[in-house]
Amino acid sequence: MPLAFDFRHGVHPPEEKELTRALPIRRMPYPDELVLPLRQHAGKPAKLRVKVGDYVERGDTLADADGFVSVPIHASAAGTVTAIEFWPHPDGSYAEAVRIKVDKFAAQVPRPRLVPEWAGLTTEQVVKAVQAAGVVGLGGAAFPTHVKLAPPKDHPVHTLIINGAECEPYLTSDHRTMAEYPDRVLFGIRVMMHAMGVARCVVGIEKNKPDAIAAMRGAVPKDLDVQILPLTVKYPQGAEKMLIQAVTGVEVPSGKLPVTVGVVVQNVGSVAAIAEVFETGLPLIERIVTVTGHGLLKPQNLIVPVGTKLRDLIAYCGGTTADAAEVILGGPMMGTAVANLDAPVVKGTTGVVVLRKAETRSETVYPCIHCGRCLDACPVFLNPSHLGDLARVGRYEEMAGSHLADCMLCGSCAYVCPSNIPLAQLFQLSKAALRRAQAVAQ
Amino acid sequence: MTTATAPKLIVSASPHVKSVDSTPKIMWHVVLSLVPVVAASAWFFGISALLVIVTASVAALITERAVGKGGTLADGSAMITGLLLGLTLPAGMPLWMVALGGAFAIAFGKAVWGGLGQNVFNPALVGRAFLQAAFPVAITTWPTVGGSFMELKGDLFALPFLHPVTNAITSATPLGLLKFEGKGTDLLPLVIGNTGGSVGETAALVILAGGVYLALRRYLNWRIPASILLTVVVFSGILHLVDAKKPDPLFMLFSGGLMLGAIYMATDMVTSPVTNKGKWVFGFGIGLLVVLIRVWGGLPEGVMYAILFMNALTPFINRATQPAVFGSATRLAK
Repeated sequence: MPLAFDFRHGVHPPEEKELTRALPIRRMPYPDELVLPLRQHAGKPAKLRVKVGDYVERGDTLADADGFVSVPIHASAAGTVTAIEFWPHPDGSYAEAVRIKVDKFAAQVPRPRLVPEWAGLTTEQVVKAVQAAGVVGLGGAAFPTHVKLAPPKDHPVHTLIINGAECEPYLTSDHRTMAEYPDRVLFGIRVMMHAMGVARCVVGIEKNKPDAIAAMRGAVPKDLDVQILPLTVKYPQGAEKMLIQAVTGVEVPSGKLPVTVGVVVQNVGSVAAIAEVFETGLPLIERIVTVTGHGLLKPQNLIVPVGTKLRDLIAYCGGTTADAAEVILGGPMMGTAVANLDAPVVKGTTGVVVLRKAETRSETVYPCIHCGRCLDACPVFLNPSHLGDLARVGRYEEMAGSHLADCMLCGSCAYVCPSNIPLAQLFQLSKAALRRAQAVAQ
Repeated sequence: MTTATAPKLIVSASPHVKSVDSTPKIMWHVVLSLVPVVAASAWFFGISALLVIVTASVAALITERAVGKGGTLADGSAMITGLLLGLTLPAGMPLWMVALGGAFAIAFGKAVWGGLGQNVFNPALVGRAFLQAAFPVAITTWPTVGGSFMELKGDLFALPFLHPVTNAITSATPLGLLKFEGKGTDLLPLVIGNTGGSVGETAALVILAGGVYLALRRYLNWRIPASILLTVVVFSGILHLVDAKKPDPLFMLFSGGLMLGAIYMATDMVTSPVTNKGKWVFGFGIGLLVVLIRVWGGLPEGVMYAILFMNALTPFINRATQPAVFGSATRLAK
C-alpha cells in the first residue's frame, strides 16, 4: 500500500530540537590534542602511514584506505604525532588511534592542492576522489560514500534520494546545514547526479524544518531536476527504507539493498562533504555536530575537528549541569552512551546529547503484558513482543525465523514498551549471538 | 566543567529515552476508571456491594503479597483482578466465599502460571468460574436493587461451610427473567443499571464511560470491545429479525455482564491477542459465543465462558495473525 510522504507505524518522541534549531553553525577552536582512531567507518580500518614524531599539516593523510570498502583518515589540524596507541573509542571499545599534539602557532592552512574539476571527471574518477577524501555517511552509520556512488551495473539507478529527515530527537546539524548552506548541498547533489548518471533527485525533509525547506527550495538551480519534499514528522522517517517508501511509495524487498528498486540514499551531511571535496579539495577532517541536551549549559551547532575529545567539546559548550547523568553520541533513539569522555568525535558523530538524571531510562523492568504497542510501533512490521520473549530465553534460531534480520534496531518498540523491556538491546545481542554461531559453524 | 570530575556516567543501551506510559501507570488508570463503576454498584446495592468488592480486592491483594514474586503489589494488576472479581458477584454473597474467590483468582489464575504476563486465562474470571462451580446457588442468588444503603442484602457474614440464611428478597436478572420466565425488561433500567444482577455489571452507561476514558488514553485497545459489541448487535439483530421472539439487539447489548466483560475483561492485555487483526477475531469470537450461549444455551448468561474460551484460543489467534514483514513477498504482492 503506497502512502505518499509517509510510512506506517513509527513513534513520536518529544523533538527537543528547540534547544539548537535556531542557532547558526559556529566553528569550535582547535583543542590542545586530537585523537584519530583508524576505525571510523564501516568496512576495514585504515592502514597507518605516519609514525610517532612526524609533523603533519592539516589535511595530510595519516592512514590509507585498506581496500575498496575503506577510507583514509586525515589530520584535522597541524601538529606532531605524539603517540599511536589504543584509545577509548566512541563505540565503547578501545581502538588503535593517532594522537596529535596540535601546533598552537600553526596557521592551520592545508598544503596547496589540486581541486578536481568535477564536470570533466568520469564516474571512476569521482569515486576515487571521494574515497581519497575519506568521505563517509555522516548520518551516523559511516558507510563509505564512494561505494554508493558506483552502484552495481545490473541495477540502474533512476532516483537519488537525499536524506534530510533528521528524525532523531535533539539533532539539528542537517537542519542547519540545509538552512545555512543550501547552495553547497545542491552543488554536492549536482556532482553526485553527474557521477552516477542519475537524472532525478528528491530531497526528503521533515516538515518541522520549514526554514530548511524554504532555503533548499530557493537554491534549486533551474537545470537540475531536484524536488524538495516535506515529510511527515515521525520517527524513524530517516531510516533508509522508510524514507524510500515515503518518497517513492515503494517497499525495498526484505534483505535487499535500495538499489534493487532503483534508488540510492545519501545523507545531507555527506552531500555537503562531497561538495567540499570539489570546492576546496579538502578531505573530511571536520563535521557539524549538534552538542545539546538539557544537561548541557550552552547547546550549540558546531563545526568540530574530527578527533576532538568529548571532554573538550563539552567544556567548550559551558560544561554540564550538576544533574547531568548520561552522554550520548548521536541521537537518543539510536545513539551510543559513552562511558569515557576521552573518546573523540569521529566522522559518524552526528551529535552529542547530555541527558539529566531524570531524563534517563528507569532500570525497573516489568514483565511483558502483551499489550501490542510494540507491534503498532515497529516500522518493519515485526512482532517485537514475541521476539523479546524468545530473546530472553536464548532461542536465537527461532528469532531468525521470525525475521530478526529485518530489524534495524531503530528502538521504536523499546521506546513505547510500558514494561520498559530493553527490546532493541535484546535484538542487538541476539543478532550478535547469531553471527557468532554462524562464524563458529563455518 | 562538572563532567570532567563527575565520577559516574550512566551507560544504557539505545533507545535512551522512553515514552511516559508504564505498566503500573496503565494498571492504576484502569483501577481509577473503575471507581465510578464501584460507586454505581454502591448506589444500587448499598453497603453490601461495597463489602463484596472490598473483600474480593483485599483477598486478591493478600494472596498476591503471599505468593507473588516480591514487589508485584505495586504494579496494580492484583488490584484490578480483585476489583473485577468483586464486580461480577451478587451483592448478597457470603463474604468468605468472596474471599476464597479472590485468593483463587490470584493463586490459580495468575501465580501458578508464572505471574503477571504469563497467564492464559483472565484471573478475575478464573476466580469467578471457580465460585460458580463451588457455590452455584450463592452466586445466582440475586438480591433486589434499591432499599436503604445500610441494608445487608443477604447472609454476608455467614460462617464458612455453614448454610447461609437467605432472608433477603431476591429477584431474577433480566437475562434470567427472559430465559426462564419469558419476560422482557425495559431498556431504560438496563442502561442505567437499576436491575438485578452482579454488583458491578448493571450500570452499562457508567461502564461504557470508563471504557471510553481508557480508550482515549490508549490504555485499552478499542478494537476488542468494538468487535464484541458489534458482533452481538449484528448477530442478535439477525436472529431477532428472523424470529421476533428472540431478544432484540439493544436488550442483548445492555443486559447481563456484556458491557463489563467486553470493556474490562476481554481487554485484559495479557490474555487477549497481541495483533490488531487478532483482536478483531478475538472480539468476534466472544460476541458470537455470548449470543449462542444466551439464546440456545442452558445458562441465561455466557459472557464469562465466552471470554475464557477465547482466552484459550489466544495463542492460536496470535500465530495466525502475525503481521507481514516490511518488504516481504506477501506485502509486495499487494
